[in-house]
Amino acid sequence: MALSGVEIFKHLPKTNCKKCGHPTCLAFAMKLAAKQASLDACPDASEDAKKILGESAAPPIRGITLGLGDKAVKVGEEICLFRHDKKFFNPNVFAVAIKASEAGDAAAKKIDAVKNSEIDRVGQKLRVDAIAVTDEGGDAAKFASVVKQVVDGAPGVPIILVSKDPATIEAGIAHCADKRPLIYAATAENAEAMAKIAKEKKASLAIAADGLDALTALSEKVKGLGVDDLVLDSGARKVKDMIEHYTIIRRAAIKKNFKPLGYPIIAFAGRDNSVSETMAAAIGTMKYASIIILNNVEKWKMLALLSLRQNIYTDPQVPMQVAQNVYKVGDAKDSSPLMITTNFSLSYFIVRGEVENSKVPAWLAVMDNEGLSVLTAWAAGKFTAGKIAAFITESGVEKNIKHKELIIPGYVAILSGALEEKLPGWKITVGPREANGLPSFLKGRA
Amino acid sequence: MALVIPKESYSGKIYNVTLGTGAKAVTIGGASALPYLAFEGTFPNKPAVALEVTDIAPDDWPETVKKAVSGAASNPVQWAKFCQQNGADAVALRLIGTHPDQQNKSAEEAAKIAAEVAAAIDIPLIILGSGHVEKDTQVLQAAAAATRGKNCTIGKAVEENYKTIAAAVMANDHKLIAMSQLDVNLAKQLNILLSQMGFDKERIIMDPMSSALGYGLEYTYSVMERIRQAALLQNDPMMQTPVVCDIGANVWKVKETMAADAEVPEWGSLEDRALAWEAVTASAMITAGADMLIMRHPGAAAKTKELIAELMG
Repeated sequence: MALSGVEIFKHLPKTNCKKCGHPTCLAFAMKLAAKQASLDACPDASEDAKKILGESAAPPIRGITLGLGDKAVKVGEEICLFRHDKKFFNPNVFAVAIKASEAGDAAAKKIDAVKNSEIDRVGQKLRVDAIAVTDEGGDAAKFASVVKQVVDGAPGVPIILVSKDPATIEAGIAHCADKRPLIYAATAENAEAMAKIAKEKKASLAIAADGLDALTALSEKVKGLGVDDLVLDSGARKVKDMIEHYTIIRRAAIKKNFKPLGYPIIAFAGRDNSVSETMAAAIGTMKYASIIILNNVEKWKMLALLSLRQNIYTDPQVPMQVAQNVYKVGDAKDSSPLMITTNFSLSYFIVRGEVENSKVPAWLAVMDNEGLSVLTAWAAGKFTAGKIAAFITESGVEKNIKHKELIIPGYVAILSGALEEKLPGWKITVGPREANGLPSFLKGRA
Repeated sequence: MALVIPKESYSGKIYNVTLGTGAKAVTIGGASALPYLAFEGTFPNKPAVALEVTDIAPDDWPETVKKAVSGAASNPVQWAKFCQQNGADAVALRLIGTHPDQQNKSAEEAAKIAAEVAAAIDIPLIILGSGHVEKDTQVLQAAAAATRGKNCTIGKAVEENYKTIAAAVMANDHKLIAMSQLDVNLAKQLNILLSQMGFDKERIIMDPMSSALGYGLEYTYSVMERIRQAALLQNDPMMQTPVVCDIGANVWKVKETMAADAEVPEWGSLEDRALAWEAVTASAMITAGADMLIMRHPGAAAKTKELIAELMG
């Protein structure tokens, strides 16, 4: 829970020495409370003060980074339960499980699938984020050989080591100790040994318990053993338990600042049926799981899950935007109609969908209006005759078409006169007000 | 430090609404907590999964889903029976043939089909217009009269035409779907307008306007979360109607459910991808609190029913 300025002041030296750059300790405390200053600026702060104030400033859910370099992924540091309250910050990680028994060809196939998983969606590059090497039989040598295969085959991809046997983890981590892996998992039985490995190798450590009370106790125990970077598994596997447990964990952390559960969640969505696995992973994505382990990462499954993650983690305050461009819809020719709309992604998707529906090939000019819809952009003075004319002229669309007719949205019919003045030689045609009028409008012209 | 489960205290509850008649009637709604948080509320009814049929053979459904309804699509009565046999909780008959840009079928023709479909099934029937604001008023009035006594669910009433449709639904003792455009306040406003004309709010099912995965899904998702919060936490009676998501119509017109394997090899197999697209869209709507879904692919609907069973525990 964040402390007030006065509460922070109680822990400062109260010398008003000004070394922090503020006239008094109270003024500095106020800045700290507003998160506009850092305690590091005070050279005389006591160790106690640093501890107390550091904890109060810590995010309610600890941030954990897996891996190093440009493929490293950070999870946690979420601050709300509903995306509309603010936003979800750090997208969950999707990891594929490779079993020790899959050593060799089967593992190689999955490693390739991860390496070739990147897709481009609304300007973002998305991919399978991590690989979880999974032990089932306690064959430490085999486990280690798969870890090595992953490290060599998919360099830089973050690794999760899954085994409840400390000796097996030791054998595996020998191949990736310097790559900031995640160890899964410490349990009530092996906590000391696992905590020792995590500390020595600077790895994050998942803790696994059956139920939330046991998880709370284990969290405190492992924290007491000196491991800070924890990840939680409450044992939930059915979607009902996932929603309930994860909601309680997230609420306890955010609304009650309950430290033992203030860590990211790991979910095991693996199912025999691949569609069921996809749906369970979807539930995890929406309901607070930060790391989701899948048995398989078929391309269709990842397209659906990565699209869902992108939707859920989009900032509700900042409309999704499409890049300004003149898009070709269908097999557009130089005689095909030219239409314009704004770059609010929903406007673009709906207009494009209806044009595709009409089966009339067309050119769709999408103008950058900072992601506003047509009417809003017009009202905000960002979709004016002058700006549209400048965009059309500079877009170079004239090279692609042999006519000079621009179809504008019906809602901005009022612009047609001014546009004809600003675009000499062009014919401005007013289209339908709503996108669902486009198929009949376009077919009627064809 | 012992964990004290942080519970919400809810003051509101979603209305129970019963659709259809007889042994196969379905009741939806009734939730007293945010979706599936059984540790702090009860969920007496599971969400219903309706399968969609159209009055004329659809020309714009992608091959994948046409194949999945295995040729039943040319006859709405056969198709509705097919849906019932395939485990649908309800059939949603969309009278797309009445649209002036389609076959511009008359209200009487449409009503006749609606009555035939209603007679052929014993699960609840949902009757949807073509989405043409003026034409829907005539079509849905006629359909409501022709299916009197079947306790159908009729829609969609929108701000521009709700009066006539609601009056016909009231006169013939059906339930009403009221659709607004992706906005919490508009959804509430339409329910208020309906109440002001004397329409019983416990006969309304709200459609917040659906969207497909990857195509604005997050807007529908957040509007639904906010509707449910207003209903349960703020006890707003105008937000306590069950919610229906008409997802098939959105899902089966995006590129992900249509593009062939060869066209986008990085997207994987079309059959799996298309089914997953509807199944994941359904999962999101269920998670946000949908009480009923209207879907197109029987396979995706079956997986959705499995998910619902697992959520209900």
